[in-house]
Amino acid sequence: MSTITAGIDVGSTYTKTILLDENQKVLAKDLRHTGFKLKQVARESFDACIASIGKKESDIDYIVATGTGRHLVDFKDLAVTDITATARGTTHLFPKTLTVLDIGGQTMKSSRLDENKKVLSFRLNDKCAAGTGAFLEKTAKYMGFQTEEISPLLSTSKEPVPISGVCAVFAESEVINHLSLGAPPSDIMQGAIESLVSRALQLIKRVKGEPEFTLVGGIMRFTTMADSIHKQLEKDVNVPPEDMVQFMACLGAAILAGIRLEKVGRTTEAVAQA
Amino acid sequence: MAYAAGVDVGSTQTKAVIIDENRKIVGRALTDTGANVIQAAQNCFAIALKDSGLPEEEVEYVIGTGYGRYKVTFGNAQITEISCHGRGAVHMFPKTKTVVDMGGQDTKAISVGPDGDIIDFCMNDKCAAGTGRFLGAASMALDIPLDDLGPTALKYNRPVKISTTCTVFAESEVLSWLGKGKKIEDILWGVHQSIASRSAGLMRRVGVEDEVTFTGGVTKNVAMVKALEERLGKQLNVSDDSHYMGALGASLFALDHIISSRTPQLEKENA
Repeated sequence: MSTITAGIDVGSTYTKTILLDENQKVLAKDLRHTGFKLKQVARESFDACIASIGKKESDIDYIVATGTGRHLVDFKDLAVTDITATARGTTHLFPKTLTVLDIGGQTMKSSRLDENKKVLSFRLNDKCAAGTGAFLEKTAKYMGFQTEEISPLLSTSKEPVPISGVCAVFAESEVINHLSLGAPPSDIMQGAIESLVSRALQLIKRVKGEPEFTLVGGIMRFTTMADSIHKQLEKDVNVPPEDMVQFMACLGAAILAGIRLEKVGRTTEAVAQA
Repeated sequence: MAYAAGVDVGSTQTKAVIIDENRKIVGRALTDTGANVIQAAQNCFAIALKDSGLPEEEVEYVIGTGYGRYKVTFGNAQITEISCHGRGAVHMFPKTKTVVDMGGQDTKAISVGPDGDIIDFCMNDKCAAGTGRFLGAASMALDIPLDDLGPTALKYNRPVKISTTCTVFAESEVLSWLGKGKKIEDILWGVHQSIASRSAGLMRRVGVEDEVTFTGGVTKNVAMVKALEERLGKQLNVSDDSHYMGALGASLFALDHIISSRTPQLEKENA
C-alpha cells in the first residue's frame, strides 16, 4: 500500500513542508517566509505541497509538525521538537553524524548524537541575535543589501574585516564605520560570517562535538560558512545539498511521521480486527 | 554678554545648546545624526544659533560631547558625555545623586557628587537590550511613530510580558503577540517594562540614591518615565530640557572655560 507522510517545520524565519512516500522518497517540498501568521503560513505551505502532486489533505496519512511554531499547526497528528527532527533528518543523509550544527534565522543549535542516532545533549543560543542568521541579515541590511544578495557578495570577498559580533544592533555602527573607512561590503560580510563561525565553534565545544560533523540550516547556503568551520575544526564536515540544507528538521519530521504511521497503522488494524 | 555652547553628537540624535553668562539657555536644537556626523554637528549648531538669534562669533567657546564629539570640528574641546550628563543634571536638579541617561543606543547609570563630579558609572554598551533602540524596534514593528509610543502604552489594560532579551528578537515577539490578538497598548507597556527592568538593574550597580534625574532622548516618553518610576519605587526628576542634558553640561563646561580664561585679563585691567 502506498502511503504519503508530511513533515512541516515552522521556523522563526522560514516555514518548510516535505511530502514523502513509503520509501522515504521526496514527493514534494515547499519553502516560504514564516511572517507572523504562523497558523496560516503552515496551512498555505502544506496546501501548496499537496496541490503540486495533485493530492488532497485526506490523501496524507500522517503529519508531523516541528519548529518554533509546531503547536500552531492545527492539522498535525503529532508535534516533535526541532532537535529531534533535525537529528533524524541529518542522520538520514549522513548516518555517521555524531555532531549536528544547525544555524537558522533566530537560533544556533548544536546537538551531540550517539551511534544509534539518538540525541545525547544539545546547546542553543536563543537569547541573543548575534550568532544567528538575523546577525547576517542585519549586517547585509545596514549595507543596503537584501538577504538574497549575501551569497554573491561573499563570493567576491578577499580579506575578511574583523567584526566583533557582540550585538546585532550595535553591529550597525561597526559596519558603517568600516564602510566609511573604505572596506568593501563583501569583506565586511565575510567578517560577519567569521564572527558567526567563532560562536558556532564555542557551541560545538560545549556539546563536546565529535566527528562526523554535519552542518545544516538556512545559513549553510552560504558555503563560505562551511569552509571556514571546516578549516577551524580541522575536520571534514558534511553539508546537505543546497536544495535540502534548510529542510533537515522538516525531512526528519516526515520520516518520523512514517515511523509513527507504521505503529499507529498496526494498532488501527488490530482495533479493526478485534 | 558672553555665550557658550555645547554640542552633543549622539548615536541617533545631535543636540546643541547655547547658554548666556547667567547659565540661561538662549538657543537649542535637535537633529538626527545620520551617517555624516561632521555635517550633523555643524547643522545642529547652526540651527541652535538661529534659535538664539546670535551670530556665530558671539559664541566664544564650544565643547563637543557624545559618541561623535571628535566630529565637532568647530569645537574648542571635547568632554565625555558621562561628565556632561552629570554636570547638566546637577545644574538643573541640584539635589541629584543618581543620573540615568537613556539614549538611542546606550543606557548609562551615573552616580554624581554635589558639583556634578562623577563618582561611578555603568553602561549598557555590549547589548542593545534595555536601550532606546528597543523602543525604536517596537516603533518600526508596530508602525507607530516614536513620539506616540509613550501615550499609547499608557492606555494599557492587561500588560503583555515580553520574554525575549535581544532587541532583534523582541521585534519578532512584538509582532507575534500582535498576531495572537493582543492589544497594541498592552504589548507596548510590556516593552517599556522590559526596558525599565534592564535599566534598573544597571542603576543598582552604581547604587540608586535620591534624587534620581532622568536624562537623554527617552525622557520624552511618558510611559518610560512611569515604568522606571514604578520599577525603582521613586520619583524621577524630568524636565522639558532633559533631552538636552548632555549638551547643557557641555555648554556649562564651555562657560567655565570662558570665565576662567578671562580672569587674568580682568586682573590686568584692574592693575
